[in-house]
Amino acid sequence: MSQAVELPKPGSPPSDAGGIPPEDLPKVYRAMLLARLMDERCLSLQRQGRIGFYVPLQGQEGAQVACAWALDPSDWLFPAYRELAVALVRGLPLVSLFDQFIGNAGDVLKGRQMPNHYGAREYRFVTASSPVGTQIIHAVGAAMAAQRKKERIVTVTFFGDGTTSSNDFHSGLNFAGVFQAPTIFFCQNNQWAISMPRERQTRSKTLAMKASAYGIEGVVVDGEDVHAVYRAVRDARRKAIAGGGPTLIEAQVYRLGPHSTSDDPKRYRTDAELAEWKARDSVGRVRQELLTSGGLTEESEAKLLESLRAEIAMALKEAEGTAPIDPSTLFDDVFERPTPRLDEERAEFSKFLTEGVLKP
Amino acid sequence: MTEITLVQAVNRALFDAMRADPDVLLLGEDIGVNGGVFRATEGLIKEFGPERVVDTPLSETGIVGAAIGMALYGLKPVAEIQFLDFIYPAFDQIVSELAKFRYRSGGQYPCHVVIRSPYGGGIKGGLYHSQSAEAYFAHTAGLKVVIPSNPADAKGLLTSAIFDPDPVIFLEPKRIYRAVTGEVPDGDHRVPLGSASIVRPGSDVSVFAYGAMIPPVVEAAKAVQAEGLSAEVIDLRSLVPLDEAAILKSVEKTGRAVIVHEAPRFVGFGAEVAALLAEKALYSLKSPVRRVTGYDTPFPYALENLYLPNAERIAHAIRASAREG
Ligand SMILES: Cc1ncc(C[n+]2csc(CCOP(=O)(O)OP(=O)(O)O)c2C)c(N)n1
Ligand SMILES: [Mg+2]
Repeated sequence: MSQAVELPKPGSPPSDAGGIPPEDLPKVYRAMLLARLMDERCLSLQRQGRIGFYVPLQGQEGAQVACAWALDPSDWLFPAYRELAVALVRGLPLVSLFDQFIGNAGDVLKGRQMPNHYGAREYRFVTASSPVGTQIIHAVGAAMAAQRKKERIVTVTFFGDGTTSSNDFHSGLNFAGVFQAPTIFFCQNNQWAISMPRERQTRSKTLAMKASAYGIEGVVVDGEDVHAVYRAVRDARRKAIAGGGPTLIEAQVYRLGPHSTSDDPKRYRTDAELAEWKARDSVGRVRQELLTSGGLTEESEAKLLESLRAEIAMALKEAEGTAPIDPSTLFDDVFERPTPRLDEERAEFSKFLTEGVLKP
Repeated sequence: MTEITLVQAVNRALFDAMRADPDVLLLGEDIGVNGGVFRATEGLIKEFGPERVVDTPLSETGIVGAAIGMALYGLKPVAEIQFLDFIYPAFDQIVSELAKFRYRSGGQYPCHVVIRSPYGGGIKGGLYHSQSAEAYFAHTAGLKVVIPSNPADAKGLLTSAIFDPDPVIFLEPKRIYRAVTGEVPDGDHRVPLGSASIVRPGSDVSVFAYGAMIPPVVEAAKAVQAEGLSAEVIDLRSLVPLDEAAILKSVEKTGRAVIVHEAPRFVGFGAEVAALLAEKALYSLKSPVRRVTGYDTPFPYALENLYLPNAERIAHAIRASAREG
């Protein structure tokens, strides 16, 4: 495996001052655990056929929670499909995530999207698309709008290593550089784009160095070190707010699970590589740090796990008890007002439902 | 002859074409080591190596643009776009370049390129893993557009596409990749581009469809058969070039037409077929042409079963067509 920067060996001490405030660390750990437990639950729900599909995030909890922790609720986020932990820190309720995964009447997206593509305007967490990279340039446009409105926020866009090959990654960096947009490009280099390893994506030594060609700052951080990620995002945010322009952050992490529930990573990568990265996992590192500092004990952790599992179970129960989506919503939101043609189609559709030509 | 699935037939066609002609090579995302996310390219890298089964960076513009360059230089690239929904980053390369190179160079630079891509709904893929975008390509002069509905045609049409000197957009109905098996001739089996096939002869109503819509159309034809209605099912197979003669011949016989596709109705491919009938078969028509299609909304997730044309909707249209006039 080619490694762009030396990552700390397992068990190495946490990075120096300026990381996550000590009083926040238990909350950070809680968010990371919640994401991991939620992930495990969703994988099993998919296997049981209770949700149709799922994109896991295991291995990326630390990078996501630390990044989100360094932001302000006023900042706008432009995620891809793997940002569960960001969504949780942001405050998206578990039940709303389950509603989306099921596509029921409680889903704010009205059952339009595959699982994992959630988004909620209320949380400034913009609904994700599947085509990779498209959100990157949106984040830049939104940052340009915030500049114009003189609002002191940043936009943050999330994407993977493979997505640095997309057109919109390059348009995004270029625009952000030219217009000095207050955007943070948060790239989670999880080493794989489905079956393609990071080194098959680009000849560049790091992904962060692509920033320099666009005249903007690029930094590489150990994405399994929550303090390093927190610091990098906090600094990038301060700089952007002060008018210093965008930053590309490459957080080096690892996708411990499959790309999605449709993927079989055994076809393209080794167990040895997986084991190596498991040993660096951010969840284990933060846990160790808290156990050492006394912020966590085996008993308090057991209690925490139990309460998180209960929280998840309760949300799932609620979502599974919610009615299915109303079929007539199919024709909503194509435009603000339907065209005459859409009205005609909706009428035919309703008639078909009544007559049993269509069965919900 | 062996019984294989549609996706296996695609795989066979690729194997055979690559064995037959060293200029044929594949490019795409996850097609080599991984064998394609639908396993359409399974095993090919083993036989032909990474120079001929090229795993590319994640860039559809790159895939199609590089394929064009290779074709200009004399190769016969077959590009895979992982899902048709992800073809849009390459739209400029396809519409501005691939479709126009031959024409704009006065015939000097033909583009011997095939773009294969799984299309269509029925796999709970929501907005971005379900689209039927054939009309964009059929609308673009200079592109051939081909859609098989069964294993034998998949192999025969793909082989013809690979050895056709023009760019071909080859759309694979992923919903029935594994749902149907059928006999597929071994060896160099070709189905000519531009020929429709009669799936089920009939005399009362002509039903035109393609790809993943053929199974529900056949189901509907069987259902109305029990009521004494004889529907002729025609698989268009090739949208460009279009077998106009087959369409007209059928409607001259039946006097009635139903067109089925899962893409939205408005300016969908069915509109072209309907226009053809209005222009060239108006006096044969005994009742209005009907279309059974996806609705004019983006493709939904939770409600996909209500969005996609099913046998009941199709049968309903066949009955209505037969009743009137
Ligand atoms: C434009 C486009 N092409 C192809 C795909 C299919 N696809 C989905 S995810 C993915 C890999 C993305 O890798 P990366 O950017 O590293 O993100 P990760 O999934 O590893 O988080 C691919 C090829 C897509 N979603 N969009
Ligand atoms: Mg990746």
